[in-house]
Amino acid sequence: MTGERFRIGFLPLVDAALPILAHELGFAAREGLAIELVRDMTWATVRDRLLYGHTDAAHMIAPLAIATTLGRDRPAVPLAVPFVLGLNGNAVTFSAALAAEVGLTDALGDPQQIGAALKQIALARLAAGKPLRFGVVHRYSSHNYMLRYWLAGVGIRPDQDVEIVVTSPPFAADALAAGEVDGICVGEPWNSIAVERGVGHIALATAQIWRRGVEKVLAMREAVLDDRRSEVEALVRALHAAAAHFVAPGAAEASAEILARSEYLDAPRDAILRAITDRIRLTPGGEPIHYPDFMFQYREAANFPWRSQAAWLYSQMVRWDYMAFDAVGAAAASNVFRPEVYRAALAGSGAPLPGASSKLEGGLDEPIGAGSTQGRLTLGSDRFFDGRAFDPDDIEAYLAELP
Amino acid sequence: MRIAIIDTSTTRAAIISDGLRAAGLDDLILIDPTGPLVAQIEAATPEVVLINLENPSRDLLEDFFAMSRALARPIAMFVDQSDTEATFAAIDAGVSAYVVDGLSQQRIKPVLDLAVRRFHAFSSLQRELDDAKHALAERAAIDKAKAIVMKRRGIDEPAAYALLRGQAMRSNRRIAEIAEAIITSEALMGDME
Repeated sequence: MTGERFRIGFLPLVDAALPILAHELGFAAREGLAIELVRDMTWATVRDRLLYGHTDAAHMIAPLAIATTLGRDRPAVPLAVPFVLGLNGNAVTFSAALAAEVGLTDALGDPQQIGAALKQIALARLAAGKPLRFGVVHRYSSHNYMLRYWLAGVGIRPDQDVEIVVTSPPFAADALAAGEVDGICVGEPWNSIAVERGVGHIALATAQIWRRGVEKVLAMREAVLDDRRSEVEALVRALHAAAAHFVAPGAAEASAEILARSEYLDAPRDAILRAITDRIRLTPGGEPIHYPDFMFQYREAANFPWRSQAAWLYSQMVRWDYMAFDAVGAAAASNVFRPEVYRAALAGSGAPLPGASSKLEGGLDEPIGAGSTQGRLTLGSDRFFDGRAFDPDDIEAYLAELP
Repeated sequence: MRIAIIDTSTTRAAIISDGLRAAGLDDLILIDPTGPLVAQIEAATPEVVLINLENPSRDLLEDFFAMSRALARPIAMFVDQSDTEATFAAIDAGVSAYVVDGLSQQRIKPVLDLAVRRFHAFSSLQRELDDAKHALAERAAIDKAKAIVMKRRGIDEPAAYALLRGQAMRSNRRIAEIAEAIITSEALMGDME
């Protein structure tokens, strides 16, 4: 039996839902697997437990899986990602004072407009010697890259005009409240908790920055994938079934109930429920608004690990770590995502399987049918807020064009 | 060699620093977990940083180390993996270590080994303390249950204890469990005379 056990590390975030539900609702058991969930408070600990065998797999911010494989800041250990746990689901939240200064309303604003107003304030604060400070959950997080992509896109230089620091999601609201940061970019429910405490206003959903941005992934050591290939495929099927259930009509309440428990998120059920159902309360005491696809956990083969998503993250790593582009590194980064494992796991099921492993990211304005080897696949708009598209085969040209 | 210790448990931090000092490593800086972390580390300029694995500040700390690459003495993110065994032992014990680039394995290993032993010592101390507390709580429950039985049945203490023990043996449960059941039932039905 022990060979069929997966210990999975996670941080208390709404997008840890799929492994939790796969365990709680029997999707793992149906595949002959037992999942044991290991909760931590920092990504550093989630990563260390994964690397040193305390866990077999982990809920992980996608860029960290790539950084670990490339050996950024520590000895390299190759990781593999056979399954994406979700797209987006994060938000940028301003302190009450900054929200008032920028003129946030009780509707989600336009990223360009908010950015233009923010730029004036950022430059004034810089001139006054008190630059604006933003908290992100990790140096190698999609939050950091999304926030930086937006800031740079509206003319705010992330490393010169403002400060970006790291703050753990469960402490982000505290950092806002204490005035340590003027804004945060974190996952749910931690934005909502800041709003509920009256210390923050949600300015943007990260889905407004990139409509289909890759978020958490299921990461494991490549050696574990090789050793336990058929079990990993069973795990992919269990998570895929959990994802289908997660978005099924009527399932949200019970899912929120489970996630809210002290051993999982230990957070208010209502805030979790709102995130799951794409309703977010932007201002303290305000009515939640509906923003479709705030979190994106299943449709459009959302769990498929597109190599082009990994390549985009690599492009941002090059950009913000001020590295030189390197074709070998780019290939290694793209190869962390393992679409062939996903396809093998779900072959013969009803799940749509993309024919390609890589695509132009940000190229779609409206839903379009895409080539598939199984099932019918439609991809929705995946635009970046500035209208740029990313061609994974020409990262250098893309980087040269970025501000 | 200057070593900084960051621990959410001040007791464990003290146990580790005592151990290091006893081994002749006395250039120690205890970081105040309630104060500003980065500023303290920056001021301390340590060559080795020991931190408990589950410390909530680790992401922040690693970000600072990554930024510090520009400094004269950058701190590597982790103990070199050439000594995998030591690193595994450290993670298992619940300690992570960061060292400045270029510090030799021979100098790091004794520090790490010592930290591991001290972390284990703290864990067993903690366990003993928990066991002792648990035993005390059980003792108190048994005394309370005995008092209830004595009053209800009008018997003396040895007889009450014998009754509890007999019931525990017959139902293959621990005396403390029987005591808990008696206390619960007394709380629910004690007024029904």
